[in-house]
Amino acid sequence: MDLSVKIGDLELKNPVMTASGTFGYGEEYAEFFDLSRLGAVVVKGLSIAPKEGNPPPRIVETASGMLNAIGLQNIGIERFIHEKMPFLRTYDTKVIVNFFGDSIGEYVAAAERLSGVDGVHGLEMNISCPNKQADWCIFGTDPRVTSEVVGKVREATRLPLIVKLSPNVTDISVIARAAVDAGADALSVINTLTGMAIDIRTRKPKLANRTGGLSGPAIKPVAIRMVYEVYKAVKVPIIGMGGIMTAEDALEFLMAGATAVAVGTANFIHPTAAADILGGIGAFLTQEGINDIRSLRGTAHAS
Amino acid sequence: MSRSFKAAIKENLPVHATHNLLSLSVPDSMPDPRPGQFFMVGMNRGTDPLLKRAFSLFRRTDEGLQILYRVRGKGTDILRNMKEGAILDMLGPLGNFYPLPSEEKTPLVMAGGIGIASVFSLIEDLAGKAIVFYGARTKEELLMLNEVKVYAKEVIVSTDDGSAGLKGTAADALRAFLAPQASDAHFCIYACGPHPLLKAVARMSKEYRIRAYVSMEEHMACGIGACLGCVVKTHDGFKRVCKEGPVMSASEIVW
Ligand SMILES: Cc1cc2nc3c(=O)[nH]c(=O)nc-3n(C[C@H](O)[C@H](O)[C@H](O)COP(=O)(O)OP(=O)(O)OC[C@H]3O[C@@H](n4cnc5c(N)ncnc54)[C@H](O)[C@@H]3O)c2cc1C
Ligand SMILES: Cc1cc2nc3c(=O)[nH]c(=O)nc-3n(C[C@H](O)[C@H](O)[C@H](O)COP(=O)(O)O)c2cc1C
Ligand code: FES
Repeated sequence: MDLSVKIGDLELKNPVMTASGTFGYGEEYAEFFDLSRLGAVVVKGLSIAPKEGNPPPRIVETASGMLNAIGLQNIGIERFIHEKMPFLRTYDTKVIVNFFGDSIGEYVAAAERLSGVDGVHGLEMNISCPNKQADWCIFGTDPRVTSEVVGKVREATRLPLIVKLSPNVTDISVIARAAVDAGADALSVINTLTGMAIDIRTRKPKLANRTGGLSGPAIKPVAIRMVYEVYKAVKVPIIGMGGIMTAEDALEFLMAGATAVAVGTANFIHPTAAADILGGIGAFLTQEGINDIRSLRGTAHAS
Repeated sequence: MSRSFKAAIKENLPVHATHNLLSLSVPDSMPDPRPGQFFMVGMNRGTDPLLKRAFSLFRRTDEGLQILYRVRGKGTDILRNMKEGAILDMLGPLGNFYPLPSEEKTPLVMAGGIGIASVFSLIEDLAGKAIVFYGARTKEELLMLNEVKVYAKEVIVSTDDGSAGLKGTAADALRAFLAPQASDAHFCIYACGPHPLLKAVARMSKEYRIRAYVSMEEHMACGIGACLGCVVKTHDGFKRVCKEGPVMSASEIVW
C-alpha cells in the first residue's frame, strides 16, 4: 500500500501531519508515540522576535469545539533553532515550520532565517494575523496584500512554501488564487474561525482577548466546503484541516480535494490522535482494496 | 510507564449534594503520582463535551487513586452519573508537585473548599506534621474532615457562615494564627483554593516572610504543555499551569 504524497517538492511518507499550535514543538507528544510515524510535524507558529501572547483566560470550550486566543505566544526563531531543532532532527519525519510576522519585512526576515537550517524541510506561512502597517487588518483577508506578502516571501526562500489560509473571508478561492499566483507551492486550509463566547453572569466575553479562534469538530463542515472550493480554484496540493478527530474525517478531506491532512485540536483530547488516524486510514484502504492513497484525492468532485 | 491510560470506576460516591469521591483502578504502568499533581479525565461519548477535565490527585489507594470533585457544569455532571465499571480515558500524573519542607520547618497547609482535593495527599505524606487551615462555605462542605484530622497535627476549621469553627475564610484563620507568633522563620505554607484565598496567602507570605507554595488553576486544553492555553502571569513571563505548575511559588505570581 502506498501512502506517500507530495507537497510541492516535499515527499511525505504518509499524508498525516500535525496542525500548528496544537503539537508544541513535538517534544510533549514524543512520550505517547513515535513521531517518526508522522508524515510531517508542523510546529507552533514562530516569529523573528519572541512573543508573549495574550493574558488568560485563553481557552474556552464551546459545543464540540473550543475558542483559543493564545496570541501567537512563541519563543522566537533563534531559540527554536538552537533549543528545539536538535530534538526534531532525531526523528525520521519532515519538519515544517509555521511562521508569521506583523509586517512584510518580518515575514521575509523569518523566511530567510529559517531557510537553510538543517532539518527544516518546509515552511508554512500563517497569513491570518494582523498587519501593523495597514491598521492591523488581517493579511490573509485581502487578495492584494496576500499576493504582496507571499510574493516577497517567495523571493526569500527556496524551501517548499505552504500558505495557510484564513477562513474568515467572503470567498476563499480568491485568496487561494492570489497566494498561488504569488508563488505558493501548496495551501493549508483552514485556520481557525473567529468567534466569541459570553459569560451570562458577568455579561462579559469569556476570553480575556474577547474574540478567539474556533477549532475542533464544530468547524469541520465549513473546512470541508472550503477545501472543496479551493481544489476547484487552484492546481497546487492542499493540506486539509479543521475538526479532524477520526480517520473518517481525514478521508472526507482527501475526497474533497486535500493531498494531506493536519490533525489539530484532536491532539489535546487524545495525544495519539494523529497516529490513530493514520492507522485508520490504512485500515480503510485495505478494506476498500485501494493501493494508492492518491486515488482518493478529490473524488467528491466527480459528477 | 505510560501517562495515557484507561481507568475503571470502582466507586463514585456522593459525599455531599454537589461533591463526589471517585475511586479508580488504574494500570500498573501508570507512574506513581505525587501530591499536587493532577490528571486529565475524559468523560465524553462523542465530541461534547470535547476536552478532558483537570482533577487533582486526592489520594493514592492500593488499586489506584481517588479524585474528589465538585459538580460545576457539563463535564462533572456527566461524571457524577457514571457508574461502577465505567471506563475513563485519562492522562497523568501531570504537572509538578508540592516540594516537601525541610526537617526544621512546620508546614502550614491551607485548603479552601474543593482545594482540599489537592492538598489531602500532602497532609497524608506529612504524617502528623501539618497544621491545616481548612475553610469552606458551610459545615456540610468541610468534606473529608475526619480523614484530614487523622493525618494532621492540628486542624483549624473556618466557615463563611460560622456553622463550624471560626467565622471567616482559611486566610483569616491563618492571619489569626500568625499574628501572635514570635518568629515566623520556621514555617512554610502550602495552599490550594479559590483565587482570593491564594492571593491573601501570597500577601501574608510576603508580610511574614514565609515561603508559600500555591496550586494554581486555569482553563486547560491539553494538560501536557502543548497548547499554551493554561498560562498565568509571573514576574518571569507567562508560565503554564500544567507544566511549570500547578504548584508555583506565591512570590513569582503577578496577583
Ligand atoms: C490543575 C487543576 C486541578 C483541579 N483539581 C480539581 C479537583 O481535584 N476537584 C475538582 O472538583 N475540580 C478540580 N479542578 C477544577 C475542574 O477542572 C473544573 O471544575 C472542571 O473542569 C469543570 O468542568 P465542567 O465541565 O463540569 O464545567 P464547565 O463550566 O461546563 O466547563 C467548561 C470548560 O471550562 C473549564 N473549567 C471550568 N471551571 C474550571 C476551573 N475551575 N479550572 C479549570 N478549568 C475549568 C472546563 O475544563 C471546561 O473546559 C482542577 C482544575 C485544575 C486546572
Ligand atoms: C491552541 C491552538 C493554537 C494554534 N496556533 C496556531 C499557530 O500558531 N499558527 C497557525 O497557523 N495555526 C494555529 N492554530 C490553528 C490550527 O493549526 C488549525 O488550523 C485549526 O485549529 C483547525 O484545525 P483543528 O480543528 O483540527 O484544530 C492553532 C489552533 C489551536 C487550537
Ligand atoms: S493545558 Fe495546554 S499548555 Fe497547559
